[in-house]
Amino acid sequence: MNTTAILALVRTDVRLYFADRRAVVVGVLVPILIAAFFGYVFGGNGNAKDAGKIPIAVVDEDQSNVSRAIVADLAADKLLQVSTLKREAARDSVKTGKQNAAAVIPKGFGERTTKALFTGLDKPQVELLVDPSQTTGARVVEGLLAQYSMQEISREAFTGASGRKAIDDSLATLEKEEPTTTRADLKTLLHAARKLNEELDANTGAPGASPQRGFGLSIPYTVAPTEVTARDNTPYNGYAHSFAGMTVQFVLFAGIDAGVLLLLTRQRGIWQRLRSAPLRRSDFMLARALATTLISLFQFTLIYLAAAAVFNVRIEGSWPGFIGVGIAFCLLNAAFGLMLATLGRSAATTRGFASMATLLLVMIGGAWVPAFVFPRWLQSASLYVPTRWAVDGLDGATWRGLPFSSAVAPIIVLIGSAAVCLTVAIWRFRWEE
Amino acid sequence: MLQVENLSKRFGDRIAVNAISFAIAAGETVGLLGPNGAGKTTTIAMICGIARPDGGQVSLGGVRVAQDASELKRRVGLVPQDLALYDELSAWANLQLFGGLYGLRATELQQRADDALALVGLAGRRNERVKTFSGGMKRRLNIAGALLHDPDLILLDEPTVGIDPQSRNAIFDNLEELKRRGKTLLYTTHYMEEAERLCDRVLILDHGQILADDSVAHLIREYDNLESAFMRLTGRALRDGAEA
Repeated sequence: MNTTAILALVRTDVRLYFADRRAVVVGVLVPILIAAFFGYVFGGNGNAKDAGKIPIAVVDEDQSNVSRAIVADLAADKLLQVSTLKREAARDSVKTGKQNAAAVIPKGFGERTTKALFTGLDKPQVELLVDPSQTTGARVVEGLLAQYSMQEISREAFTGASGRKAIDDSLATLEKEEPTTTRADLKTLLHAARKLNEELDANTGAPGASPQRGFGLSIPYTVAPTEVTARDNTPYNGYAHSFAGMTVQFVLFAGIDAGVLLLLTRQRGIWQRLRSAPLRRSDFMLARALATTLISLFQFTLIYLAAAAVFNVRIEGSWPGFIGVGIAFCLLNAAFGLMLATLGRSAATTRGFASMATLLLVMIGGAWVPAFVFPRWLQSASLYVPTRWAVDGLDGATWRGLPFSSAVAPIIVLIGSAAVCLTVAIWRFRWEE
Repeated sequence: MLQVENLSKRFGDRIAVNAISFAIAAGETVGLLGPNGAGKTTTIAMICGIARPDGGQVSLGGVRVAQDASELKRRVGLVPQDLALYDELSAWANLQLFGGLYGLRATELQQRADDALALVGLAGRRNERVKTFSGGMKRRLNIAGALLHDPDLILLDEPTVGIDPQSRNAIFDNLEELKRRGKTLLYTTHYMEEAERLCDRVLILDHGQILADDSVAHLIREYDNLESAFMRLTGRALRDGAEA
């Protein structure tokens, strides 16, 4: 092995990388910016107030106690970002994508719903205008609307002014009708409700003066969501995943650049100079692989330093696991670059083809959005893509806080993939003219 | 010093070099002349071990290329026709790479690079990027890159292509200095006046075959000048085929 020649080649490749300072800045800055954007979109570092809220509009054409209470409940919900609009404005905002959905509470909603609660007749219709591209958000809105409507309507029906009137009217109607067992039971229920209202009034001074709006039906349990992250009380940091994804993507782009540089070298006089030197094929390939690995590691390190310094991304799990996955991925990248250089014919077509392949690999690998949002079949298919293992390995070492044992499989897969790429590169590499 | 015997190379159906033989003595400067596609570059490539011959053999100082290409490569310096330089790097960084390829380290490399840069008149520009150099300066640096390992035989493949007369003259001065130092030069060119000025002997090659192997003085006596000899021997037909 000609170590002096190998070192000279590695040093030259590293110098060539740093000679193009604009490319270096772009290669590090762009992934940071894109990761920052994706990280923010997917929840940021857990501190963003409005991050992840579903934007909806509410049109309150009723302006009753019930409708106002429902709007207030929706506005207070942490999942929603509510705007109160007129009907046409609401429709336009859904149409233009500003809101995921708009709920239109019609005139007479409060009065008719309190009656319909007991009679099941004359139910008013709430119009839900939905952005068809945001159906998940619309379903959440539909569920929350049902929850808050039931709560407020039942509250009004049992203890509110229109509810009391409805109780009185219903009792008057029942008195006039032929007695049946069902009607007797209903009368008992309504009398009990009236008695409850009288007791509430006695406690608060005057009818309708209660600062509390009485009680309504509500979900008989509460939910305490707990983010299962590295440690208790450590919020999920959306940047951790986005930085893993973008690092993988842009380091792969550096691998493409390395492959293209080799192709360009073949087309220049420098190739004849290299070939006329006492340099072995294996030394040359080793030098290229080493140089690309070093450049990839530099890029990887700088991007994660920015992630840690600015976006609070932490290695919550195993440091050796993180380093192992990083090095294994950079080795894969070097082998990937070499393989490209041996399979490609011209620099331009190789760059185009490789960029497309890389984007596919990173998309399927969950670098843009986490793989768990994929359909089941795609999640299974993505396990055959090394980028998925790289992203999972980095996720595991960062926000998931997993031990080294969880990094072993990604490291093995990445090194195995590197071996495959290297085998193809060695097989296909043309050294002789 | 250099022995070429029955050297042949074909690319598909096309014969680029057809069983040529010649010898070059130590310290001799030989011009390899021929029209485009005559087989000059292919011959150079086989001599320096870049291309594998289909037939025949090359030996340097009694060592055959096929036996020990590595040893032969250490004794040969190639100045390729295409500039073999990284434009993005400084002159020094380029030479550091070329010296490293031949196993030169630190102090020795520094000394050899300084000498080579001084020879081609670029000592004051060592830390400047090659992309800031003129065409002539790049050609001179291209030559310097082949001298670092102090080769016995220097192969120069059209080293003056595309440069102004001043730069060409400077390169001649460099090559004459190398001659004075006892280096053996094999020089390909289309410019007959270069061969007349520089070479002791010329080989005129066409269609992969040697048409003449004679001293410059003798060819001039016989044909008045080298240009006439070249045209008489190779004919006036245009050569549109690619350089082999």
